[in-house]
Amino acid sequence: MSDKKKPNRRDFIFTATAAVGAVGAGAAAWPLIDQMNPDASVKALASTEVDVSSLQPGQSVTVLWRGKPVFIKRRTENEINEARNVNISDLKHPEKDEDRAQNPEWLVMLGVCTHLGCVPLGDKGEYGGWFCPCHGSHYDTSGRIRKGPAPTNLEIPKYEFVNSNTIKIG
Amino acid sequence: MSDHNYTPSSKFGKWFNDRLPLLTLANHLTDYPTPKNLNYWWTFGGILTFCLITQIITGLVLAMHYIAHADLAFSSVEHIMRDVNYGWLIRYIHANGASMFFLAVYIHIFRSLFYGSYKAPREIIWILGIMIYLLMMAAAFMGYVLPWGQMSFWGATVITNLFSAIPLVGESITTWLWGGYSVDNPTLTRFFTLHYLIPFLILGLVVLHIWALHVPGNNNPVGIDIQKPSKDTVPFHPYIVIKDLFALLLFMIVFAFFVFYSPNILGHADNYIEANPLVTPAHIVPEWYLLPFYAILRSIPDKLLGVVAMLSAIFILAALPWLDTSKVRSAVFRPLYKQFYWILVIDVLILGYVGAMPAEGLYLLIARVATAYYFLHFLLILPILGKIEKTTPLPLSITSPVLGGSADLAMAKSTDVRKEKL
Repeated sequence: MSDKKKPNRRDFIFTATAAVGAVGAGAAAWPLIDQMNPDASVKALASTEVDVSSLQPGQSVTVLWRGKPVFIKRRTENEINEARNVNISDLKHPEKDEDRAQNPEWLVMLGVCTHLGCVPLGDKGEYGGWFCPCHGSHYDTSGRIRKGPAPTNLEIPKYEFVNSNTIKIG
Repeated sequence: MSDHNYTPSSKFGKWFNDRLPLLTLANHLTDYPTPKNLNYWWTFGGILTFCLITQIITGLVLAMHYIAHADLAFSSVEHIMRDVNYGWLIRYIHANGASMFFLAVYIHIFRSLFYGSYKAPREIIWILGIMIYLLMMAAAFMGYVLPWGQMSFWGATVITNLFSAIPLVGESITTWLWGGYSVDNPTLTRFFTLHYLIPFLILGLVVLHIWALHVPGNNNPVGIDIQKPSKDTVPFHPYIVIKDLFALLLFMIVFAFFVFYSPNILGHADNYIEANPLVTPAHIVPEWYLLPFYAILRSIPDKLLGVVAMLSAIFILAALPWLDTSKVRSAVFRPLYKQFYWILVIDVLILGYVGAMPAEGLYLLIARVATAYYFLHFLLILPILGKIEKTTPLPLSITSPVLGGSADLAMAKSTDVRKEKL
């Protein structure tokens, strides 16, 4: 190393030029990369309102929000009890049912399997909740993963009750 | 590239060739010395070139009628099938052409595995081939999305969701790939663009693949290095050209059978239902040529590890020249490797079969055993086999076993012959 010559002015200019060039190339590449992200029109469809007055206990409705299905389920007493009486330490992704359903009667969650994005089927599977036909994930009556390859519980979107009959998602 | 001098006979030819040596290239390609013992397994390179050109031409024509929009794609494909003159023929050739392409590429790859064509000095040819294979899978997957049927949509959803397994940035990458919060119109248009681009990338890699091949020359069924040109070689034209053409003819009979007699047998009926983001088909299955990797993905009960295993199963092939420690190329002279080779073939076929079956019970167990064996073959068996296997003697040349009057190749490298040569 000792016989290596000291950097001179030309080395400095080479390095500085390369650095400025790299920044320029990065700045030029960014618009080309970012154009693939969701555009303004996609982002504009951020919320949707659903009338749930006709749902009886045990029934559910699936609505489309941001191109994804959202399950809105009016749960029965049994289903709520089942979801609340689970030992939290048995869960792969521990979450209390109380934290997932603001109002215990209403479960609102994305109908997108957290494994690879299929739509799980309702009232199926070993835990009386949902079952994903693609790769065999079982969810309970709170939409929590109980068995199969999915890593996490079904996601809860941001939602609120606008009034007692209407849910606003997003 | 060429190690011989060539002078065109005509005056114009000479004038042109001095400025752009295309005629030298053509001469190199026709005179290219080829081992004289190449068998029919060596004809699949030419067949694959035919497949690529067929896909490019039929794809170009389909793109004149197809509309890449989520609302119109499905009906534009039906429009091609019903209204466009010969549209049904062109689309069936393109759709079945993808399957034929993969059929040929699998034979080509397994030929290389049997005869050790990936070994020194041909590692770069092999790695270029793996890159072509990866691009083929990408092109096939995106092409399958374009008709916007149920399998298109849900296949795209499942495969793009593989990226969400990446820790921390997975979700952002998936959203970026989609151009939204689910597979939708932006996804379709970009897949169409990439599906159009990739075949030309493949074409470029094919040129490099052949270029890299022409440096050391072809491997051959005996797997020994040969003198080029010598009495062990024949010129590419007309000998190999005619043999390739004959094999291509037989291949086209199989191709035509699918196109004309069972054009939908390799597809899924669900893809004739328009994409519906609210309903997942009961049984999502990829196209047959991706099934072994799908089986590996499903055999591991963890999202990230499943994806890692599936990708490793492909990328492990790129390391094959260094994992196989045996100096002997052809399985003909490797009695143990020959048996493990066939076990691997059966293992991959089993993976393909269970990939098409539901991931539960016995199928899942079989998939796990077969997945474990797949990795065992490359990571443990091949490195060890090269060290402990007792190979049978190699002949000194392609012709010596024949001219020596013995049908048994192993007899050729007797000590007498060896001394003579030395």
